[in-house]
Amino acid sequence: MVTVLIDNKILEVEQGSGAGDQLWISTSEAERIAGISRRPDGFSKDGAILPAPSTNSEDFLRGDEIDLAAVWRKMNKPALSDASGEVWVLGASAGERAAVLQSLQAPDFTLPDLDGRPHSLSDFRGKKVFLVSWASW
Amino acid sequence: MWQELHRELKARNFSVLAVAFDSREGAARPWVEKAEPEYTVLVDRFHHVAELYNMVNVNQAVWIDEKGVIVRPTESAGAYEGFRQANRKTAQMPEDVAKKTGDAKTTYHDALRDWVAKGSASEYAFDGEAARAHLSLPTPNVAEAHASFFLGQYLIGIGQAGEGGSLVEAASRLHPESWAIWRQGAGLDQRGLAAKADFWERVDALGDKKYYAAVDMKGMPQ
Repeated sequence: MVTVLIDNKILEVEQGSGAGDQLWISTSEAERIAGISRRPDGFSKDGAILPAPSTNSEDFLRGDEIDLAAVWRKMNKPALSDASGEVWVLGASAGERAAVLQSLQAPDFTLPDLDGRPHSLSDFRGKKVFLVSWASW
Repeated sequence: MWQELHRELKARNFSVLAVAFDSREGAARPWVEKAEPEYTVLVDRFHHVAELYNMVNVNQAVWIDEKGVIVRPTESAGAYEGFRQANRKTAQMPEDVAKKTGDAKTTYHDALRDWVAKGSASEYAFDGEAARAHLSLPTPNVAEAHASFFLGQYLIGIGQAGEGGSLVEAASRLHPESWAIWRQGAGLDQRGLAAKADFWERVDALGDKKYYAAVDMKGMPQ
């Protein structure tokens, strides 16, 4: 089992294991947590075709499992784990964050209030929003 | 801090939405309970909003219109560098510096009022081209920093403070402009603020550079 941190969420993946810089996950779990689908010629995510991480498919395919970290890095997105290989973060690339900002559509997010109730920026649609950061420190 | 503005403007289709960059469990609660804000305050353990909007400090703000369009991207929310010229024991500022600090706040608040009153016709609401020109965009190192910070704070949260702390430090090295990442990882003084000697050393090392990036707004003291 591995814990995968992705898009501000903490996901537990039963069929997964980390080894060094590799994160082996079943294809169905890769689709569920990261939207990565297997194609005959590589992978796709959100409708876009991704090139295979290597010309040698054994580098990133093992039976029904894929090395999700390799696929992730091929997209120039950060993929790193703790020393045990049991906790992974699959981050966003600078390019995709920049593209969203350049669209000027405010990126949506969902976070809890002090009582744990979730709120999304999109709940405020129809109002002018003054989104402001703050911290106790 | 934003209570008065929120009260004044909330009937005019406006809301303050505050996001607390606070990874330590329960850290935000006493401050929020004391302030009793009437606006929504969200707790952002992993500084996700900082990553999305490329924020590096508090208080930074983004103005978002009724359609969810950014009309002023991330900028300092009316803050002035005054604290750097204050007495570090008493926090007392020279009179002229205190005035500039007050002027910065007033100028920024009045600009917000103008936007709420006039919408896109406000001179403070950027059109698309100007909004894009004012964007600060993340670099690959910034993206790596946020990944490292997320992993580090998660590990600290499950009791692995050593490895987690190293990852947060690595994040700060990758993204040295982020005071939020640095201060979140720093030790706290007796007031609960990350303002011990190492903070002031880091501030002093800025030299002529700003702690709060300059805001491009008419009338804002520089």
